[in-house]
Amino acid sequence: MTLVGGPAHGTALHSLPGYYGYFTAIWCLLPALAVLLLWVLLEPRMIVALVVQGLPEAQRNLPAGELNLLVNNIQNLAAGDAVSGSVDAILTDAANRFNEYSVLSRKILAVLTLGLGGLGASIAWRRIHPDFRARNRVEQIVLVALIAASSIAIFTTIGIVLSVLFEAIRFFQKVPATEFLFGLNWSPQTAIRADQVGSSGSFGAVPLFTGTLLITAIAMLVAVPVGLMTAIYLAEYSSRRVRGIAKPLLEVLAGIPTVVYGFFAALTVAPWVRRAGESMGLEVASESALAAGLVMGIMIIPLVSSLSDDAINAVPSAMRDGALGLGSTRSETMTRVILPAALPGIVGGILLAVSRAIGETMIVVMAAGLAANLTANPFEAVTTVTVQIVTLLVGDQEFDSAKTLAAFALGLMLFVVTLILNVIGLNVVRKYREQYD
Amino acid sequence: MRMAHMTEPTVTENDVMAAQPDVDVADLGDSGRDVSSIAVDLPEQLTELGTTVGEVRCEDPYVVAEKVNVHYGDNHAIQNVTLEISKKEVIALIGPSGCGKSTFLRCLNRMNDSIESARVTGQITLGGQDIYSKEFDPVALRARVGMVFQKPNPFPKSIYDNVAYGPRIHGLANDRAELDDIVHRSLERAGLLKEVIDRLDEPGTGLSGGQQQRLCIARTIAVNPEVILMDEPCSALDPIATARIEDLMDELAEDYAIVIVTHSMQQAARVSKRVAYFHLGLLVEVDETDTIFTNPRHKLTEDYITGRIG
Repeated sequence: MTLVGGPAHGTALHSLPGYYGYFTAIWCLLPALAVLLLWVLLEPRMIVALVVQGLPEAQRNLPAGELNLLVNNIQNLAAGDAVSGSVDAILTDAANRFNEYSVLSRKILAVLTLGLGGLGASIAWRRIHPDFRARNRVEQIVLVALIAASSIAIFTTIGIVLSVLFEAIRFFQKVPATEFLFGLNWSPQTAIRADQVGSSGSFGAVPLFTGTLLITAIAMLVAVPVGLMTAIYLAEYSSRRVRGIAKPLLEVLAGIPTVVYGFFAALTVAPWVRRAGESMGLEVASESALAAGLVMGIMIIPLVSSLSDDAINAVPSAMRDGALGLGSTRSETMTRVILPAALPGIVGGILLAVSRAIGETMIVVMAAGLAANLTANPFEAVTTVTVQIVTLLVGDQEFDSAKTLAAFALGLMLFVVTLILNVIGLNVVRKYREQYD
Repeated sequence: MRMAHMTEPTVTENDVMAAQPDVDVADLGDSGRDVSSIAVDLPEQLTELGTTVGEVRCEDPYVVAEKVNVHYGDNHAIQNVTLEISKKEVIALIGPSGCGKSTFLRCLNRMNDSIESARVTGQITLGGQDIYSKEFDPVALRARVGMVFQKPNPFPKSIYDNVAYGPRIHGLANDRAELDDIVHRSLERAGLLKEVIDRLDEPGTGLSGGQQQRLCIARTIAVNPEVILMDEPCSALDPIATARIEDLMDELAEDYAIVIVTHSMQQAARVSKRVAYFHLGLLVEVDETDTIFTNPRHKLTEDYITGRIG
């Protein structure tokens, strides 16, 4: 770094002086940070292992469960917390050693990281000379960081899918897959203790999926026409002023939390639907699929309209000019040229909206009810997959009962369904995409 | 405000300064200054802007533009342009970029209507009807005045549907057989039929650039227009495709009035009967193609065709 004598010497360097600084900083920090992270992760186990080794023979050979309790006690005593059972000499001795090891470990850690930092700095110092390609090295390291960041999302997804998959497999060991997939009766309440009164439980998921489908269908019946027409109006017909007001308002609609929609559905729309139904002589449950579906449709309108709007605006204006130049009216241009050209984008948007509707929970929890009715009547209460997952996992649960594990099986099914939808959506989009490129 | 040394009797009375007192005088003076130094050894040539030299009138005019002005917001894009176009001729509009030739072209089928800030004044008649009058339907106008654009823009539909689009929306065919006939004749006319006869149901966007442009021409003539406007139809094409389109224009000129905007002087010389030279929103000179290219009367025209402007 003494070589950097100013602008006159700057030209002799391979990279800008700053890059040599970054390079040195990386060498100082990265190895030290890596060691720090590892140490923090491994330290508790190491100390526990050492403490256990120092225990008398009798305690060391205790079964795993009891040994765990003992270690817990030692740790609590060391931290000065309340201890279960009596405190004897062995325990205090172990606790003292635990504290000693902790202090020692901190000291070693401090020395190690500082030393590594210094070592890194000296390695960097030795490697830097005017021809050294610091810029390329720094960029390589940045590249690695980018890859690491993107793999976090990928590995998390894989991890979630695998954990759901394994739990679902455990569920299918208790309940046959055919019963789950084709059973028409859903009543997951099982007795947790032997002396409890409870049904044996039945896990037919069909009513849940029909419920989900029913509500999604109602939601899409509301959202697709309204959203699409909104998009057509905003993209092709509205003046700039109307567009300037309407677009942000729609975005506000998209920003309302779903829980707000939920109580809106439960407290306003559901009673209204019920009264309207009664006035026409129909019997409507106070929690109905119709109410939930209507509100969910309203919630999805901004999603459909903004994605369709994007798709319509993405159609090259040359198409518009061409159609107008042949003597089409604006509506003919829209329906015969622009909509067909924008269709893949619109279909993609609608499929995204369907995925959103299937996964939506809050509105259905509040407005659609919990009864797993197998029905296509929108005036009855139905329940959906997501609602059942919520109810299965809320409250005290036993982790290995079929009831709890059923949530994972439902989650897996939901994941598979939305995945299939997305794959179909992407294929539709790809099939028609190249048409106007 | 005629020039003192103006001797040609064919100069029209289209005097900008008289007709429009608020025209930007400084702008005109500025343009005149550039060429005044060269004008010394060419005393018979005009150097001032504001009057159109040559012959803006023609025999048997079909499209007549009288004192047309176009404003885009505050920008005065076309200033007092008067031009007559007869029914069976090819007229080329040339001039440097931004001179208003495309804007003028788009006035002739009211494509400027879709631009919010555009304002057109003056009068344009098509076969004696004022196309900017309230009673005149711009949609019907565009069926009579077809347009071919700079970049080929076939619809994302099959070749057949591309050509059938116009006849379908205007109800020109009563049944499938008639529609087939129109599509085949239009493709034939555009010199594309042989190349695409086996794949009429394949997407039009799969054709090469030159084929796409001929498809667009076929699509335009399928609605049986009276005038065809072409806005730099060959600027996105290679020389071979360009030559084919130019041949096509020759043939089409027998039946249609063709107005073509082009940046290629050679193209204007090859395809057109008359040439109109635009400069800064003004129509500077209109004349027979031969006259323009061999003996231009206006200094600016001369500078442009010899490559000193543009």
